[in-house]
Amino acid sequence: MKSKLPIYFLLFAMLALFLGMFFGMTASFQYLMPEFIKEYVPFSKLRPFHVTSVISWIVLSATGCIYFFLTYVEKFKIFSPFLVKLHFIIFLLTGIAIYFSFAFDYTKGREYFAFYPVLMIPILLGWVLFGINYFKTLYKNVKGWPVYYWMWGTGIVFMCYHLMEAHFWLFDFFRLNFIKDFSVQWKSTGSFTGSWNMLVYGISIYLMSKIKKDSNVATNKMAFFFYFLGLTNLMFGWAHHTYLVPTQPWIRYVAYGISMTEWIVLASIIYNWKRSVLKVEKENHPMAYRFLLATDLWIFINIIIALLFSIPAINYYTHGTHITVAHSMGTTIGINTTILFSALFFIAHHLYPDFETDKKWVKRGFISFNISLFIFCVSLFIAGGMRSYWMYVSKEGSFSEMQDSLIPYYISFFVFGIGIFVSLLVVALPIFKLFLQKIKV
Amino acid sequence: MITNSKPYILSIAILILLFSVYNYIVYNTEGYVAVEKLSPVAVEGQQLFQSNRCWSCHQLYGLGGYLGPDLTNVYSEKNKGPLYIKAFLNSGVKSMPQFNFSEQEKLALVEYLKQVDETGIYPNYNAKIEATGWVKIKYRNEE
Repeated sequence: MKSKLPIYFLLFAMLALFLGMFFGMTASFQYLMPEFIKEYVPFSKLRPFHVTSVISWIVLSATGCIYFFLTYVEKFKIFSPFLVKLHFIIFLLTGIAIYFSFAFDYTKGREYFAFYPVLMIPILLGWVLFGINYFKTLYKNVKGWPVYYWMWGTGIVFMCYHLMEAHFWLFDFFRLNFIKDFSVQWKSTGSFTGSWNMLVYGISIYLMSKIKKDSNVATNKMAFFFYFLGLTNLMFGWAHHTYLVPTQPWIRYVAYGISMTEWIVLASIIYNWKRSVLKVEKENHPMAYRFLLATDLWIFINIIIALLFSIPAINYYTHGTHITVAHSMGTTIGINTTILFSALFFIAHHLYPDFETDKKWVKRGFISFNISLFIFCVSLFIAGGMRSYWMYVSKEGSFSEMQDSLIPYYISFFVFGIGIFVSLLVVALPIFKLFLQKIKV
Repeated sequence: MITNSKPYILSIAILILLFSVYNYIVYNTEGYVAVEKLSPVAVEGQQLFQSNRCWSCHQLYGLGGYLGPDLTNVYSEKNKGPLYIKAFLNSGVKSMPQFNFSEQEKLALVEYLKQVDETGIYPNYNAKIEATGWVKIKYRNEE
């Protein structure tokens, strides 16, 4: 009998998503009513809960999907089922410890890793166990890896490195030099995102090759070209986050040059758009197919935004405004989450071929999710534009007055944030119930 | 279809080598503006900044949260400065929680923000946009 642990990973990932959305919604309400429950749970407490939960959603579901694909779809004998179990237990216990750390204010870390730094040790251990199992399993079973195996392997290795790099500040060599420390902090978080993108984008290519029933998608030279382009950006393209930090100019020149290579990705998306859509075989996987279509659209929008941001002349005006938040929401929700939902529907169909994935309410949820996310991002874009105008053009009025002028857009951001929450609940609950049923069997 | 992995392994090896050299240089490169290392008091202030999750709402160099103002130059800004910072810390205005920092903790936070302020300016209006899309920023050491 196959291990149910991949399903446990996915169930906890979905739970993290539900919690993350709830924390995010509560925190966004404090933009409208700053005094709301601030004595008990101020914004500064809610934000780490929100950020850690949604990152956990991405990372746990990507991990669960990879374990599932290897064992259930490819039917590989996993190198060590015990290590999978240990990996899951470590992540589960560390997750609980992180929530406790937030609840009781043991938060000595930095943005994205606010918890007590010692908790990074079990997290790293979990990734190392995952890596050992992953590489050992593939080494025994596969000759000539398709691109997604490279992407998952790279994602795991770089995840380990950048999680460590995010804690270099614990050493005085970095910490005492503020600019160096600050840029390494943002280098690590930028590349940490790049690492999980490797896992998630690898999943999307895997799904495309399986849904299209065409292994060429993942083995052709173009797929490898884009993999190496992505890897180069992960390694050297981070500094567009810190154009305005007084680092040495060569660091920024390199980032500018590397970031501009993403125009090739954009050109390829436009060139392949129609062809890729028409070729997709959608009958068996209607919802997985729909979510991948949505991913295509969100990639298209976000890559244009990312490219524009990476031009220092534009970055100068958008940096430090809500436009950056719109972009990060667009990528984590629009790209990562749609790919992961596509994978969840694929897995649901694999487990129960008779399960009807495109029920009426699920389809409605899918549509309202995309509409809500679009308006949510547009609200942030306008708010960011107004903040930029206040910073660089009018330069008048206090911060507080500027914030008050953004209230209508914060209302829209809050309302459509609820829209995303409800839509994703509608879409996710049938799969959640199905996975629960699977682990009970 | 089985792919030939050798060229890919070689490409990854070259990239990792370049990445190692690049990281070594980045980790050993000082900031563009020469400043003193953080003092022990400033490090204490930085730890308080982290433990109280000030970054959730505030930014430094435009990086951080969006609920509160950027604090890069709050120490030297006109009409602000050390007294303003200390007054704000325990007042609990709007969404800012009411902290109960001791006098020593307030001094440490002020010292940290003072040393951050010395590293540069944000937003920096002394900037020239070039035809290549590059922005030439004039830093304090170039004034």
